[in-house]
Amino acid sequence: MSKLLAILGWGAVAALGALAVGVVAVHRGEPISTLWLVVAAACCYALGFRFYSKFIAARILALDAFRATPAERLENGRDFVVTNKWVVFGHHFAAIAGPGPLVGPVLAAQFGYLPGTLWVLAGAVFAGCVQDFVILLFSVRRDGKSVTEMAREEIGRVGGFVAYGAVIAILIIILAVAALVVVNALKGSPWGTFTIAMTIPIALLMGVYLRRIRPGKVLEVSVFGFILVLLAIWGGQWASQTPTVARVFSLQASSLAILIIIYGFAASAVPVWLLLAPRDYLSTFVKLGAIGLLAMGIVVLHPALHMPAVTRFADGTGPVFAGKIFPFAFITIACGAISGFHSLISSGTTPKLIARETQTRMVGYGAMMAESAVAIMAITAACVLQPGIYFAINSPAGVVGQTPVAATATISGWGFPVTASDMQALAHAVGEQTLFNRTGGAPAFAVGMAHIFSQSLGGEKVMGLWYHFAVMFEALFILTLLDAGTRAARFMIQDAAGHIYKPLGRTSWYPSILITSGLIVGAWGYFLWQGVKDPLGGINSLWPLFGISNQLLAAVALCVATTILIKMHRAKYVLVTLVPLAWLVAVTFTAAWQKVLSPDPHLGFLAQARALAAGPATSATPRLIFNNRLDAALTAVLVTMVALVLIESVRGWIGVLSGRKEARMKETPFVMTRLAEEQA
Amino acid sequence: MSRILKAGRILLATLREIFDEAAYSRFLRRSQMTSSPAAYAAFWRERESSHDRRPKCC
Repeated sequence: MSKLLAILGWGAVAALGALAVGVVAVHRGEPISTLWLVVAAACCYALGFRFYSKFIAARILALDAFRATPAERLENGRDFVVTNKWVVFGHHFAAIAGPGPLVGPVLAAQFGYLPGTLWVLAGAVFAGCVQDFVILLFSVRRDGKSVTEMAREEIGRVGGFVAYGAVIAILIIILAVAALVVVNALKGSPWGTFTIAMTIPIALLMGVYLRRIRPGKVLEVSVFGFILVLLAIWGGQWASQTPTVARVFSLQASSLAILIIIYGFAASAVPVWLLLAPRDYLSTFVKLGAIGLLAMGIVVLHPALHMPAVTRFADGTGPVFAGKIFPFAFITIACGAISGFHSLISSGTTPKLIARETQTRMVGYGAMMAESAVAIMAITAACVLQPGIYFAINSPAGVVGQTPVAATATISGWGFPVTASDMQALAHAVGEQTLFNRTGGAPAFAVGMAHIFSQSLGGEKVMGLWYHFAVMFEALFILTLLDAGTRAARFMIQDAAGHIYKPLGRTSWYPSILITSGLIVGAWGYFLWQGVKDPLGGINSLWPLFGISNQLLAAVALCVATTILIKMHRAKYVLVTLVPLAWLVAVTFTAAWQKVLSPDPHLGFLAQARALAAGPATSATPRLIFNNRLDAALTAVLVTMVALVLIESVRGWIGVLSGRKEARMKETPFVMTRLAEEQA
Repeated sequence: MSRILKAGRILLATLREIFDEAAYSRFLRRSQMTSSPAAYAAFWRERESSHDRRPKCC
């Protein structure tokens, strides 16, 4: 009887999901309710988790509840700790949820809501969740080793080297892109700049409080910090309305970029307890609250989606970034569908906390589903805006025109009507001087979020507060990423430099800290500066670079996973990782090819360099030409490195499958668990 | 009621883990120290020297 009920219940979920996906995919003309998106996503996730992840867990990975995990075998109360599965889930989700799933889907909304939604749903269920799950399990079976170590041990030295190089490249590019998003959100915005500036003394205050007054009381101080941040948002309104203060906090993009570079260096070099950790706590506190609030807002208010399902920019002529749906929608949206960076988290802290192998399914597969749901929220926030407004915010002046009249005429000419007075009224409502050319995704997301909430709590009168809350939330997220990413990259460089000159490897030796921090900040600062000075807005060239490098890391992780599956004699199920791998290789290699070699100057780096060389020369022209050539070279190097891993992996697979090579894995031998059921 | 309490306890435990309070408590137990500015400083010294660098995603 219960089996029959289960069949009927899951049949109903499948039917409802099919209906919702069908409506989202087929409906044209009138705006549709966001509830269709929510229902489609909920049903896809429920089915994916119940059936696909269970199939992988039972048939392919053969999760073993009796096998002791590293958290149990190596428990030391520090890195290895047996932890409740829900706690690990929350911890893992907090680590994988960054600004990526908010920014990428907003940018990809230039294709319409449909391509992004389908990729987020299918990509998460069949690729991203699978990657996170299998890498987590394989790391658990290898004493919590990182994906780079697994790549070296299971594929070969080239695999390890490439994974290491890809991580450094991704870190540098993502930090530059993230900083650029903040610059574009805060330029000419005294309210936003004041609020974000205030988060620095607030974080310092929290750090001192934690260190001197109430050591370790992080939740308590985070509540105080959050209240202070809310006061800073409120104070930002005062700052923007007080001409003398507003002048101080109205900064141009280049000034903001310099300040962020200085901040990044300082945050990397000062003690972690003073600035990085408290800011991280504050950002996580705000992040979890804001995501929960947005989810509630979308479900309860379910506004209509005004963006068409598919826009005319599917042909690659989009103003937000150049390139067709294939491959660019699939690299623009990374974190919400599949992100190589997640493989670092899945093989970082999380495998050292897992109490039982069987919990890897919920933590690895489940947390990625939650991340994917955040991406669906971001698509919703972007697509509830009138398309004309979306494009006016997200299009660079170099594409739509320098003045409001020129920009609105260009955008209206595309079939997305918008007027300069509409934009002025919206800017006034959110407390900004202008919303034109606010590229980077964050301002459009913030306007969308403010639009959703202005339909209920406080109405249009508090739209400015909502907008700046959203900007603050994203900027706080991103600045935390800058702190943590710069420091993480610094440690990686120090590890490598320690092999050349031992003192450089000491993470507490100040000359080493200053040199390596300078190297990392200099690298991402260079790309940030390049983005700020780019006439096409910077996002056009830098976001695809980030997407390519991130998805290439995912390809490396899937190579590791496929190699291990073959060595486990699970070759008949290898399509589970091989299909996502093949897809990512097709996407990233095509995108890289087009970014380097396309003859269209809006798309190809080299074509743009040639166009610049042929056009009228200015003092900036030689640098712009060099930057384009540098981006092309970086893309080519990344692709070549991953091609080497692929070749080495395929040679290994053929060797094992043909019996010429021994299927030797570096798995930790089986040890029976001693944990009682209730302990796990 | 007991389920709600249990859910509340798990939520609090999750937040304590995310916000490093649980790690600090474990550190105090392991090093047999009581909470103080010196203990908190030692906790952070240990964390900074750890090779487990807690990556955060983009």
